[in-house]
Amino acid sequence: MSILVFADSANGAFKPTAAELLGKATALAAALGTTVTAAVLGDAPAASLGGLGAAKVFQAAGDFSNYDNGAIVDALAAIVAAANPTVILAPASYIGRDALPRLAARLDTAMGSDCSDLKVEGGVVVGRRSEFAGRAYADVSISSTPAVFTVRPNTFPKPENNGGSAEVVAVDWSASTPTVSVVETLAPEATGIDLSSAGKVVAGGRSLKSKENFDSVIRPLGAALQAGVGASRAATDAGYAPHNEQVGQTGQTVNPQLYIAAGISGAIQHLAGMRTSKVIVAINKDPDAPIFQHATYGIVADLFDVVPELTKAVEALD
Amino acid sequence: MKIGVCAKISPHADARIKIKSDGSGVDTAGEKLVVGDYDEYAVEEAIRTKEAVGGDVTAFSVGPASDEKLIRSGALALGCDSAVLISGDDAEGAGALGTAKLLAAAIKEAGCEVVFTGKASTDGGSSQMGAMLAELLGWAHVSQVTEFALDGGNFKATRNMDAGVRQIVSGSLPAVITCEDGLNEPRYPKLPDIMKAKRKPLAKKSAGDYGVGAIAPTSNQSNYAPPPPRPPSRIIEGDAASAASELVRLLREEAKVL
Repeated sequence: MSILVFADSANGAFKPTAAELLGKATALAAALGTTVTAAVLGDAPAASLGGLGAAKVFQAAGDFSNYDNGAIVDALAAIVAAANPTVILAPASYIGRDALPRLAARLDTAMGSDCSDLKVEGGVVVGRRSEFAGRAYADVSISSTPAVFTVRPNTFPKPENNGGSAEVVAVDWSASTPTVSVVETLAPEATGIDLSSAGKVVAGGRSLKSKENFDSVIRPLGAALQAGVGASRAATDAGYAPHNEQVGQTGQTVNPQLYIAAGISGAIQHLAGMRTSKVIVAINKDPDAPIFQHATYGIVADLFDVVPELTKAVEALD
Repeated sequence: MKIGVCAKISPHADARIKIKSDGSGVDTAGEKLVVGDYDEYAVEEAIRTKEAVGGDVTAFSVGPASDEKLIRSGALALGCDSAVLISGDDAEGAGALGTAKLLAAAIKEAGCEVVFTGKASTDGGSSQMGAMLAELLGWAHVSQVTEFALDGGNFKATRNMDAGVRQIVSGSLPAVITCEDGLNEPRYPKLPDIMKAKRKPLAKKSAGDYGVGAIAPTSNQSNYAPPPPRPPSRIIEGDAASAASELVRLLREEAKVL
């Protein structure tokens, strides 16, 4: 009996979601009177997860650098068989949407996806998640075992690694699921900062009027803030920004500390992708734009006047 | 080729979402229902696949018997050849895993070799069903696909991953493909096709027709509420330069995000 955290990694290093989920799992496990374990695929430094609260780490060796959901599910299923957890936590990233439901089906258990909070209630873990594109929130509890939850990146604070070391258990696994082979990986067209896990996001809308304006006004602010760059659907449909930068119901969901919306009116479909941002800044010349109802700070002015000044002010910070 | 598409009837994006007063769920009675946004791409891709390689398309759905009209207008009128609608309280409340079990049984019975579905529903939006379906069928699957092509028994697909990374992948049928925004341009039905769709075969099934064992949901939703309210926004006045520097000061000193 334990809470098993899938500590996702790439190129031998853990992703930020590993610390985030281990930190939350440690608090949940204390409330439940259980322990935290971790699942590692590949060669990331598994023992180091002891410093983030994992009592034991189950590691499946292999080359996972070419994403293959079949191999991921086969390896994770072997780890689950060895770890026998009551709860599994994983990031709500591509792997959380692509491989984790397949794992849940193999384990004949239900799953709560894309949670924005987790708590212990009545002796079990309960997730909070949005439905209807963010227009309703509900608790989700799971009565089958293990209960699988994926959590939206940036939901919980990331604890510092205290330098502790965990026992590592090597888990044997073999491939049995039909394989999909990677032919070619296409690098992102723009900044390369992962929007879905970015701590800061700068987004532009239809008011930018052209790709040239988007590139000369929005991207420099993104660069100054070291932020991911996003766009409304109107802006991506008009070709001002590439499709993969779209934030909203039919695009990416972001959950940053800071979201700056410039020239975005705040249609319900856009709000669906960013409403959980901690601090929202709206810059729009229409004082009645719905985005102002969701903003922490608002500036009612032309973005072409304000955003370059904002870029300068950010660049001037020490 | 036997092609399948799984489509869920759900409230239109502009439907009003009323939370029930006891928080037990959402009341969408009387609101406009449609094939879900991403499932529309799946329906279109299934029909395009038939047009490219021949065969026929069966649309599968789990939902109330009253969804028949919407399956006819949103799938059969567009070019799907037949449909299977699985209804009844146990089926409609089965959750993602139970729904996948019912659809897997129906798809096996129909003998499909490729199945398309949306990357997520537009109501619950849990993004689980397609990958669960592939597991239950023992098939390969690719999620969030923006390009798809068949070449004999093999396929090539482009998928949208994290950090704006896209990958071109290849695999062998049978496979489940979950469809992303932009995969294609869904067509509109033509009036004569809407009339013809009324006579296309639609099998009405119940969970009992498929010997899939327990489909009772093991996930339970409760405490429905509107999104948590945000504190009222503070409007920063002044010319562009002073508003910008005041904003930066607030973001650093008050909000502590810079």
